[in-house]
Amino acid sequence: MKRAKKAKAWPKPKDLMGLSPAEYDTACAILGRTPTHTEHGIFSVMWSEHCSYKSSKKWLKTLPTTAPWVICGPGENAGVIDIGEGDACIFKIESHNHPSYIEPYQGAATGVGGILRDVFTMGARPVANLNALRFGDPKHPKTRHLVAGVVAGIGGYGNCVGVPTVGGETNFHPAYNGNCLVNAMTVGVARKDRIFYSAAAGAGNPVVYVGAKTGRDGIHGATMASAEFDDKSEEKRPTVQVGDPFTEKLLIEACLELMATDAIVAIQDMGAAGLTSSSVEMAGKGGLGIELDLDRVPARETGMTSYEMMLSESQERMLMILKPSRQKMAAAIFEKYGLDFAVIGKLTKTGRLVVKKNGQVDADMPIAPMVQASPEYARPWKKSPKRRAIDAKRLPKRDPVAVLPKLMGSPDLASKRWIWEQYDHLVRGHTLQRPGGDAAIVGLPGRKKALAMVVDCTPRYVHADPVQGGAQAVAENWRNLTAVGATPLAITDNMNFGNPERPAIMGQFVGAVQGMRKACKALRYPVVSGNVSLYNETNGNAILPAPVVGGVGLLKDADKRVDLALKEAGHALIVVGKTQGWLGASVYLREIEGIEDGAPPPVDLAAEKRNGDFVRGLIGKRLVAACHDASDGGILCAIAEMALAGRKGADLAPARADNAYLFGEDQARYVIATAKPEKVLALAKAARVPVEIVGRVSSGPSLTLAGRVLISVEALRAVHENWLPHYMSQKN
Amino acid sequence: MKSAIVVFPGSNREGDVADALQRASGKRPELVWHSTGALPAKLDLIVLPGGFSYGDYLRCGAMAARSPIMREVVARAKAGTPTLGVCNGFQILCESGLLPGVLLSNAGLKFICRDVHLKVATRRSLFTHRYAAGQVLRFPVAHHDGNYFADAGTLKRLEDRDQIAFRYCTPAGETDADGNPNGSARNIAGVFNAAKTVLGLMPHPENATDPATASALGGTTDGKTLFDAIVEAVSK
Repeated sequence: MKRAKKAKAWPKPKDLMGLSPAEYDTACAILGRTPTHTEHGIFSVMWSEHCSYKSSKKWLKTLPTTAPWVICGPGENAGVIDIGEGDACIFKIESHNHPSYIEPYQGAATGVGGILRDVFTMGARPVANLNALRFGDPKHPKTRHLVAGVVAGIGGYGNCVGVPTVGGETNFHPAYNGNCLVNAMTVGVARKDRIFYSAAAGAGNPVVYVGAKTGRDGIHGATMASAEFDDKSEEKRPTVQVGDPFTEKLLIEACLELMATDAIVAIQDMGAAGLTSSSVEMAGKGGLGIELDLDRVPARETGMTSYEMMLSESQERMLMILKPSRQKMAAAIFEKYGLDFAVIGKLTKTGRLVVKKNGQVDADMPIAPMVQASPEYARPWKKSPKRRAIDAKRLPKRDPVAVLPKLMGSPDLASKRWIWEQYDHLVRGHTLQRPGGDAAIVGLPGRKKALAMVVDCTPRYVHADPVQGGAQAVAENWRNLTAVGATPLAITDNMNFGNPERPAIMGQFVGAVQGMRKACKALRYPVVSGNVSLYNETNGNAILPAPVVGGVGLLKDADKRVDLALKEAGHALIVVGKTQGWLGASVYLREIEGIEDGAPPPVDLAAEKRNGDFVRGLIGKRLVAACHDASDGGILCAIAEMALAGRKGADLAPARADNAYLFGEDQARYVIATAKPEKVLALAKAARVPVEIVGRVSSGPSLTLAGRVLISVEALRAVHENWLPHYMSQKN
Repeated sequence: MKSAIVVFPGSNREGDVADALQRASGKRPELVWHSTGALPAKLDLIVLPGGFSYGDYLRCGAMAARSPIMREVVARAKAGTPTLGVCNGFQILCESGLLPGVLLSNAGLKFICRDVHLKVATRRSLFTHRYAAGQVLRFPVAHHDGNYFADAGTLKRLEDRDQIAFRYCTPAGETDADGNPNGSARNIAGVFNAAKTVLGLMPHPENATDPATASALGGTTDGKTLFDAIVEAVSK
């Protein structure tokens, strides 16, 4: 940790508000005195794990963040990439784990609201939302309640603001019993030359507050998100904010209308740590000071102190620096939408944050030293122990006739239709691929191109081997975009881990970042934005580590997209990529044998790139009728999903038909259906990509293996579709 | 054709229906912000789009139905200007009294976004004349409160006077409980006023008009016919 001065021990209040004694001393050293109550609160949230990334930034810095198509990498509200024709795509993912566990509906809803603001703050029209959800054991008494609340919250917010929720993933595992994960991603589109940043400029320029009024909700939310849970976590409910998607919708429209003019100098949403972090970040980035008169802040309730106002996390608020000459015009736009618009201060040359209330100065602190002294820890970490590979031959022999429906109806592989049918995934009218495919696709009006997007992580792999698991999350994401025909461009990451003060947990984090780094480099797939959520533990039980990857890719010609549905009897089914039959850390091992062990499948990034580029090339040549990545549950589950989507049977006759081959989770593989297998085989040979024909799409009603019926497609549909609705209809 | 879409605070499918109308008529409709005060003169069509007007924190459509611009919409509609309300627009039409009945919460108490099948109940209207009688269509729905309700007398009157536009049905065209996604009375998905110049429906024909997005929607552009029909009728 960098210190402003050599720390001496200062007298301390009883409640340090989450600061360590050393951090409190640093704060005193910066001020040359003990902080006021308001200043203490400001230090506390600015230096919280959530806002300062103090445990993670040392490692996050090692991730690749550049490419010729990256316009803006991490550090702004969201990442920005060039998608051609003067268009830019702006996107980010963010967690709302702690609030969602405490109050699932509002926690999840405000997670969506927060990530939307991060994206439209930069000038983008939000065009799609996605989410990655992880819940505890379905048998745990809280799980059903959390699923219902989180899904309703995401839908309630996204549906109302009119942004389609087009994709996501949902897992269940007992490691999330006390900490569900709710990660929300927003993708937006802007003109490349109309992107807005947060660095303030121009001393004397007005600081303008717009949006909803400030209340006492969410005070110290960022601090809550930076601590572990215990049995008393329910008492933290008042730190969860309450969302108002209607106001957000108006705020989107008003901001975009204002952004079409030249009025804005800088803009920043008020997210975690509200007025504090937005004002400090804007002034800090501009090397300026800022003076706030809190009596002018639109307030929802009377008698709020400056401490409460500075720390409130009331939703749907933005802070802007405007050109003084455009103030009147800007005010008229917000008035049109019935939103508050208040000049609450001005930029200064002092470099200090000055907060006044009732004519009294409640905070007067230097911004640069506070930002520079923001703690950065090289936390001790321990490499995760290596697991041995699983020898598939030693596992009991099982009949795939019994295995397939069991896997397809297991909580992780079962259809998530019950969830995504509660999300309006069609509004705006440009959804080209609905949820349920490898990646969602959203068209851009007036353009031939489309954006593909997806979120991925396989926490059981990360837990088994953080390096391989981190690489796998990136690779699978890249593969899913490839499977629809898109060229993957960049990612946003959401790092969900336990308590970083424990070396074993920190080791998971470090390993995952190392794996992601390798994969991002090998696949030329840079990180442009992200979020870290640590302390996902309850009573000392950490979650399965989840470095969730949100990826965006480009389809230059949207007409050349493919989906996973089998199209026509007679098409050959070809597996691209090599299959050894890797069962370590697989769904098969967990669901069928009840074993959660073994090394996860190794990630060969060179093969990943080669196979993916090959498949994308085939799709571009229109040689692929259907395509699906082979991941959880292996080749047979992949083909089963393709059969369900296309309402077609398939006759399979692979060279090997043991369960390790059928259900193994070797990486870098795709299943494609093609009308021209000879051509595909010839191209594969030339590209040195391993391929094998494993069967044909049939006109029959069933999936067959070597002439024997495994299951009819309609019976498979019943087990696949029924699990979640049935589960949700039960009572504890 | 001259059409206007009324945009309330919280409307969110105004762009979708504007695109659909443009596809059918070749002309972009005018978007009229609710507080502008007046609708353009001599309109061939007024549209109330989907969304969450005023957040719909009260009964859906109740606030919008009482907003000043609705006085003019009601007057124009009563004077015979063709008026279409989709989803939230249907709710507003019911709340404003232009259409009979109300929309309750879905029987399943959840938001539903998926494709449904609809049976054309009558082709005798400016909105439905290009469909075949009894034709089965596929449109998406996206609503939480689409459960149509009216008292028995009203339902009978609607049926007797051919005021039912669409009914939810199974893919095979059965208007039974299996084909009913939200519990609507007698599977009613859309109704007309007595003069059949006002249509309200919960499903989104505007989201089933674009050949480019059709593959995501099970291949349907069935909604285009509805907009084509309107264009043809008002152009005569």
